[in-house]
Amino acid sequence: MTTLSAQRPPVRRPKRRNDSMLPYSGRGGFWWYLVPGFALLTVIILVPLGWNVYLSFTSYRGILPPIWIGGDNWTRLFSDQVFWTSFLNSIAMIIAMVVAPTLLGLVLAAMLFDLVGRKFGGKLASFLRATYYLPQILPVVIAAIVIGWILRPSDGALNNILNAIGLGSLSHNWLGSPDTALASIMVVMVWVQLGYPVVIFMAALQRVDPELYEAAELDGANWFQRFRAITVSIIRPEIFVVTLTCTIAALKVFGPIYALTRGGPGTSTIVPSYYSYSEFFQTQQVGYGATIATALTVIIVIVSILFILAQNRAEKAERSN
Amino acid sequence: MSTTASTTSPAKTDARRRGAGDPSRSLHKQKPKRTATDYVILVIAIIIAILIVAPFLLILINSFKSPADYSAGGPLQLPKAIDFHSIANFWNRVDFPLKLWNSIFISGLVSIFAVVISVLNAFALGIGRVRARTWIIVLFLLANMIPQEALLYPLYMMFKQVGLYDNVWSIIIIFTVIQSAFGTYLLSSVYGTFPKEILEAAALDGANRWKILWRVIVPISRPTLSVLLIFFFIWTWNEFLIPLTFLISNDNQTVPVAITALQGQRLMDVTTTSASALLGLIPTLIFFLIFQRTLTRGITAGAVK
Repeated sequence: MTTLSAQRPPVRRPKRRNDSMLPYSGRGGFWWYLVPGFALLTVIILVPLGWNVYLSFTSYRGILPPIWIGGDNWTRLFSDQVFWTSFLNSIAMIIAMVVAPTLLGLVLAAMLFDLVGRKFGGKLASFLRATYYLPQILPVVIAAIVIGWILRPSDGALNNILNAIGLGSLSHNWLGSPDTALASIMVVMVWVQLGYPVVIFMAALQRVDPELYEAAELDGANWFQRFRAITVSIIRPEIFVVTLTCTIAALKVFGPIYALTRGGPGTSTIVPSYYSYSEFFQTQQVGYGATIATALTVIIVIVSILFILAQNRAEKAERSN
Repeated sequence: MSTTASTTSPAKTDARRRGAGDPSRSLHKQKPKRTATDYVILVIAIIIAILIVAPFLLILINSFKSPADYSAGGPLQLPKAIDFHSIANFWNRVDFPLKLWNSIFISGLVSIFAVVISVLNAFALGIGRVRARTWIIVLFLLANMIPQEALLYPLYMMFKQVGLYDNVWSIIIIFTVIQSAFGTYLLSSVYGTFPKEILEAAALDGANRWKILWRVIVPISRPTLSVLLIFFFIWTWNEFLIPLTFLISNDNQTVPVAITALQGQRLMDVTTTSASALLGLIPTLIFFLIFQRTLTRGITAGAVK
């Protein structure tokens, strides 16, 4: 997908009137086509977003009108231990949903494409790819419930299996004890996410010229050297896209937390989105919930901008080489 | 992705006879020679695949057990007798057909409306190239990126005000906007590269803009539109936070919300919970099998710049 700015014909400045791609028509009347979409965007996204920012400066319990309290919610946020815990848990989610799946996905995609596909047939490689992708097609809460079922404390499959093979001492209340709850959710998320980078990277690998590989092989480069020098550099755009979209998804994660632990035990698995949800609808601290949601939005926007800047810089560096 | 299970069995047999260099067994002669390491890696890839599928298999076999069968044989045994009690129990308790219909109704309408809005927006932005289009596209992209929590409470207040709270139409409106924001972004860049000759020919024939859009551009871009349609359907089906907050009465809930709502209940025995997970995953599994080609095309299309 090239961005639109790249499509602009170079001689566009002097003749503004005939800028549209349709000949014999200026671009004036095209605004009409934006009206329904833009009206909806304003009502459903822009106004609520602004309203939410406003609510973050108020004390509001949902019944009486909001009272302006200035930056009090924000000072509270910065010294709120629970918020920082939720933020740390978000980093755990990034490890589980971005770092681990991307690294594993790279290796698996290269393995399937380069080795299984070439030596054992493309059909087996696509079959394995489809298998890895399977958890991705589920609603993420259903995926969480599937694993939650296996991790049930008293009669769950995992504890049952551990008991059966004589490792009963290892059986555990996986989601119910603070020391394993977060790790269990991380395992769920790795399971859910893994297929996405595998599919994207395998598609990207089709751009890699096999002759490059053969040349490197003749030069005596081993598999890992070829992987690093050729594969990773050619599919770098996809790595950027995958890490960006997955980081945003990791920062937003809500469903699995709600379905499995509701942030507990204590606050051991709380994440910002669940924290704001519980402030909105359980403790009715709407102003504070709006503050958490706004902070999360700011973080996501900053992360996205940093990613895009980094990507542009990397692309420029590559072009100048 | 359309490989059937039968294609794996010869490979698995191969893997067991690792290192066997018997040429008569190799199916494709031009393939490079397989070394012992190749087989080790293949076995690792297959073990990972089995680990990923294992939870699905566990859910599948345990949904057809009676609770007594489960406690006697454990989770790994095949059911002694196929028992539909757990599934029927869950089916009736949540009124599953109603939840299915709610999900289909919401996701179906959202995907149609969102594609129409995306087409209109992208026509103005990609073909019409209206002024400040880059900023408008960034705005739409932003709408898709921000966390839904940041919209949740104001939307909740607004829809309560207009009397659409706890009404499927609130979800339909909200997700039409959220999905079309992504569709606008994607389709604008697709229309930005639309073949100019076709547009010129249509204009020479005297067709006006409206006609060109619906008679020329939409039919030609139909493959992209169908990918968007299917993706919007599945994304809306999988949505959780806003449906959870807005659809509080039982009759309006979607499949994921209804299933999650029952998880905490002590009444749910182990096999009924398993059956609930099974019923939750079957619809999406069916979409996947029907649309797998379109889906793989779409998943990769979005990522390539």
